[in-house]
Amino acid sequence: MADLNTVDLSAIKLTLELASLTTCLLLMIGTPIAWWLARTRSRLKGMVGAVVALPLVLPPTVLGFYLLVVMGPQGPIGHLTQALGLGLLPFTFPGLLLASVLYTMPFVVQPVQNAFEAIGERPMEAAATLRAGPWDTFFTVVVPLARPGFLTAAVLGFAHTVGEFGIVLMIGGNIPGKTRVVSVQIYDHVEAMEYTEAHWLAGGMVVFAFLVLFALYTFNNSANRTKD
Amino acid sequence: MGTEGIRAVFSLARSGFRLDVDLDLPGQGVTALFGHSGSGKTTVLRCVAGLERAQEGFLSVNDEVWQDDSIGVFMPTYQRSLGYVFQEASLFAHLSVRKNLEYGQKRVPLASRKVAFEQALALLGIESLLSRRPESLSGGERQRVGIARALLTSPKLLLLDEPLAALDQKRKNEILPYLERLHDELAIPILYVSHSLDEVAQLADYLVLLDHGQVVANGPLQETLARLDLPDAFADDAGVVLKTVIAAHEEADALTRLDFRGGSIYVASRPEPLGRQVRCRVHARDVSLTLEQPSATSILNIVPAIVVGVADTEIRAHVLVHLDAGGTPLLARITRRSHDRLGITGGLAIWAQIKAVALLG
Repeated sequence: MADLNTVDLSAIKLTLELASLTTCLLLMIGTPIAWWLARTRSRLKGMVGAVVALPLVLPPTVLGFYLLVVMGPQGPIGHLTQALGLGLLPFTFPGLLLASVLYTMPFVVQPVQNAFEAIGERPMEAAATLRAGPWDTFFTVVVPLARPGFLTAAVLGFAHTVGEFGIVLMIGGNIPGKTRVVSVQIYDHVEAMEYTEAHWLAGGMVVFAFLVLFALYTFNNSANRTKD
Repeated sequence: MGTEGIRAVFSLARSGFRLDVDLDLPGQGVTALFGHSGSGKTTVLRCVAGLERAQEGFLSVNDEVWQDDSIGVFMPTYQRSLGYVFQEASLFAHLSVRKNLEYGQKRVPLASRKVAFEQALALLGIESLLSRRPESLSGGERQRVGIARALLTSPKLLLLDEPLAALDQKRKNEILPYLERLHDELAIPILYVSHSLDEVAQLADYLVLLDHGQVVANGPLQETLARLDLPDAFADDAGVVLKTVIAAHEEADALTRLDFRGGSIYVASRPEPLGRQVRCRVHARDVSLTLEQPSATSILNIVPAIVVGVADTEIRAHVLVHLDAGGTPLLARITRRSHDRLGITGGLAIWAQIKAVALLG
């Protein structure tokens, strides 16, 4: 590991922190959204679904640009954070976290929503006839039945956050120890012609991404097989 | 406000369907909700369970009000003391059979638990299935676990939504005896939705006939089946149920005598012990009429009866005759020509020849 200097290590640590926090926040925020999308008959469903899915098709720079604007000194979020005495979010870790959450949202919401939809009404009705209230039913029937969906969501959310670059650069900038994550660090190495260092990090990312997806697909296959 | 028994008033409108029922049902025994698909029988059951909400409704179950829209009361399903068995057992796929059974039971306060775990297992014959996963069970086993799971909440009302419909005849025959035992051994009123007249005849004490969201008829099983104004509902299946007791085994002729209120009939030798109650179905098409007691006939079962009424059937050549055999209603389907020739009219004393009897169970 001689080729990983302290700056690299701090980038790795920061990346893991960002990805873990993003995933946790998204499971908390995304689950109710997924639940609502899976169960609602509201006409707003299409619109909300489209907004959640936007990051799938938009270039990260577009999202990053607008986030910079709204979180900036003249933007509504900027006004709010300043009024609360939090200062401005761009080029800070919390700002980066907020951007990550928005940008990774569809990767968490969609698998969970699909899992909720696949469960259908019946198990919940059965639980209600067995004296389980709505929260009880959610945690003892819905969550266990949707487990593969949650797992996919968590893994994709984590991996996708680790892999983002454009939005990090726009919102986070490139501040060592604060916002400089692995993908940006690789960019720096390449810019500086430090190909060996870039190889270490880039190769690590390839291995990481492969292992994560491999584990996910293997698990989901075996989960499906036991269901048949 | 409430009374002993079940009072259910629901009205509900959906695109292409209107439900409007006002029912006073017995607070004990098995009440069958019978009708074709689309008659609203499952909707009534779902309204009773609170899984569906009638826009206007009132529901009380043995003195407990579960819904009264006039004062804004609607108890959610999970607060109602009911058991519900779906058409497909709907066991929780992520839990073992034991955990499925315990799911409802452990959510009921100890003081309200009246059905013991072992009792439910024995009643449905599922002792050996406890450690199995739901997906490894046969359809019939799943349904039995579903019924036991519902029973273990010690419900004040058990709702069964065509629990046998998804099963083949062999599985049905496997479960029916268990359902009969529920009826005989537990004092829990049961609402049973079915479109099978055989199941209804075997299990029900009380019959509600639904069509297009309306109650066409309701009353005790035997009387309701014998009503003449409902030929469309039963069509070729028109007939009555006899509640009989095994009265004698006549080994010499390999016959068993069944006594019912108003007479007795013979059937081919039965294994049941003396005194056992059995139900039989007698189809209207299997009953013929004669004015004098026939002496030289091969028909074994001939009972005296009084004509109560006559009605047309959907086939013009046939009429349906309602008879009273010493307190037990009978139906006979005969041709219009015979009806005219014999001069059959209300009050006439007559002999009913029963060509075939189907023992249920």
